[in-house]
Amino acid sequence: MKNSSPLKWFASREGLYYLALALLLVVILPLALDPFRLNMVGKYLTYAFVAIGLVMCWGKAGILSLGQGVFFGLGGYCMAMFLKLEASTPEATAIQSTPGIPDFMDWNQLTALPWFWEPFHSLSFTFIAIIAVPVILAFVIGFAMFTRRVGGVYFAIITQAIAAILTILIIGQQGYTGGVNGITDLKTLAGWDIRTDSAKTILYFVCVGMLFLCLFAARFVQNRKLGRILVAMNAQEMRVRFSGYDVAAFKIFVFCLAAAFAGIGGALFTLIVGFMSPSFIGIVSSIEMVIFCALGGRLSILGAVYGALLVNAAKSGFSESFPELWPFAMGALFIGVVLAFPNGLAGLYQTYVMPLEDRLFKRKPKADKAEPVSQKPVEKKDEGRDYDPMLDQYSPEKS
Amino acid sequence: MNAAKTTSKDFLLAVEGLTVSFDGFKAVDDLSFYLDPKEIRVIIGPNGAGKTTVLDLICGKTKATSGSIKFAGKELTRLKEHQIVHSGVGRKFQTPSVFEDLTVFENLEVSYPQGHSVMGALAFKRDAQVIEAVEEVAETIFLSDALDQPASLLSHGQKQWLEIGMLLIQKPDLLMLDEPVAGMSVAERQKTAELLRRITKDHTVLVIEHDMQFVGDIADRVTVMHQGKVLSEGSIEHVKSDPKVIEVYLGH
Repeated sequence: MKNSSPLKWFASREGLYYLALALLLVVILPLALDPFRLNMVGKYLTYAFVAIGLVMCWGKAGILSLGQGVFFGLGGYCMAMFLKLEASTPEATAIQSTPGIPDFMDWNQLTALPWFWEPFHSLSFTFIAIIAVPVILAFVIGFAMFTRRVGGVYFAIITQAIAAILTILIIGQQGYTGGVNGITDLKTLAGWDIRTDSAKTILYFVCVGMLFLCLFAARFVQNRKLGRILVAMNAQEMRVRFSGYDVAAFKIFVFCLAAAFAGIGGALFTLIVGFMSPSFIGIVSSIEMVIFCALGGRLSILGAVYGALLVNAAKSGFSESFPELWPFAMGALFIGVVLAFPNGLAGLYQTYVMPLEDRLFKRKPKADKAEPVSQKPVEKKDEGRDYDPMLDQYSPEKS
Repeated sequence: MNAAKTTSKDFLLAVEGLTVSFDGFKAVDDLSFYLDPKEIRVIIGPNGAGKTTVLDLICGKTKATSGSIKFAGKELTRLKEHQIVHSGVGRKFQTPSVFEDLTVFENLEVSYPQGHSVMGALAFKRDAQVIEAVEEVAETIFLSDALDQPASLLSHGQKQWLEIGMLLIQKPDLLMLDEPVAGMSVAERQKTAELLRRITKDHTVLVIEHDMQFVGDIADRVTVMHQGKVLSEGSIEHVKSDPKVIEVYLGH
């Protein structure tokens, strides 16, 4: 609706928040950090994809998934399989008893490429699979659970169990998956060496670009009627059902959306970090992803990005000096967020910083709303919505 | 949704032999009753008589153990809740259930009968038609001035009206209201009676209510339920003078 004038949107408060994030990620961090640190920020950002999905799924629709690592991992493994096949040319693997297959298969006495690896020779198939594989699994899980009205804690536990199952499966099937070491020693993407500093910098920018695409996709969904239904479903599922909506279909949709975001994040993780292993899939990393989202603010897609960045930066900083203390710090952080500020950083920002901004810029919401009201009263209402982008809430005094 | 063109001879709703058993306890036991189009029927009865369960069964919230519910010739017992809504049955719950995080406008908009599929909800646009429908309903339910307010700021009575409005905007053929005036102030009660009288001009309405004064005000016919069964049925005078009803419900 208000997209009719994108320039105007960038001048709105929400637009400025997006610009600030873009400025930070595109200009400030690349200038301030060396390629190694920038690569680490890129890695943190891949988790932001998962966190954005969790905002939609958990924050908005109230579906807590403790297994987002599964979708992150599937996206990552799809990417890693392509890269591994490209790195396993017959020439490069000439010393193996079966040249031309990935090294870990050879160590595990496999003599031919398993059938499900074959399609990953194709880059376009891989790109499709990165989204399709997580989405299909999410659909199957969602269909099985939501049409039977399994929800809440039960759903969370089941997703956690799935994370455990997938980890065990990958570790157990070493010959097909690389086992506990994961898929390592990745070299090139369609002939382009991903290990150089310049490649890492380019990948960082690709990651930022994809992140904004996902942010806008999430924002689009949340601003449509569908977004309102998700919020409504969270509080009054029965009323939504008796307003004529198939609640299960909406839950499946948002769960699949979160899985798609996670899959993209996982694939970028593989590219940026250079390998994929089951440790990024399991229960612990899945719960960490929920913490990124909770700390950033589970109702704010922008907050989720900051949450992922900050928690991961703290994790690196902390575990460089006190590796054994980090899990405790993380646990304390989570408990602290839940108890003290349930809407996370975004909630704090909205409560404490936004009023300051108002005073600083002497914003007069009424004045800058008065003008277009006469022409398009209802579109204005929508901009009222946009006014509080950090939390999907409306200020009581005429939004 | 208004596919059924019922003639005046046809029943809009025919409930026959309806039974639901919870672990052997029959909350509704071989119940039958019929609603004419445009009729206003009130169900009364002591607590635990199964009144709310009957509404639950009709709207699909509870699945019947046996029996049939035919709405405009369509069997409802095998449909899912949202399909029943699409067939033209609207249900208001006893405690007001509105979307507190959304504005009054958005509450009504979400209930507007369009864009109910996932893709539909993604493509849904707030066009002039929607705005008109919302404003019209808002006027009916006395909430024209509150359209931009979050529903959480409404009073109890206003929430009840909003929920009725959310049903009205669905344009249902049958409206089911569970104790619409419970917990309302006297003023709100009068306004609600007025609202219901206005609604009932062009809807078939099934109401559960305890307030006999209110029942007398609005009902065409009254069904008295007791222990999951119909105890008595007819005009308010008929029911009031029925010794069985006096015995179990109205008191001497």
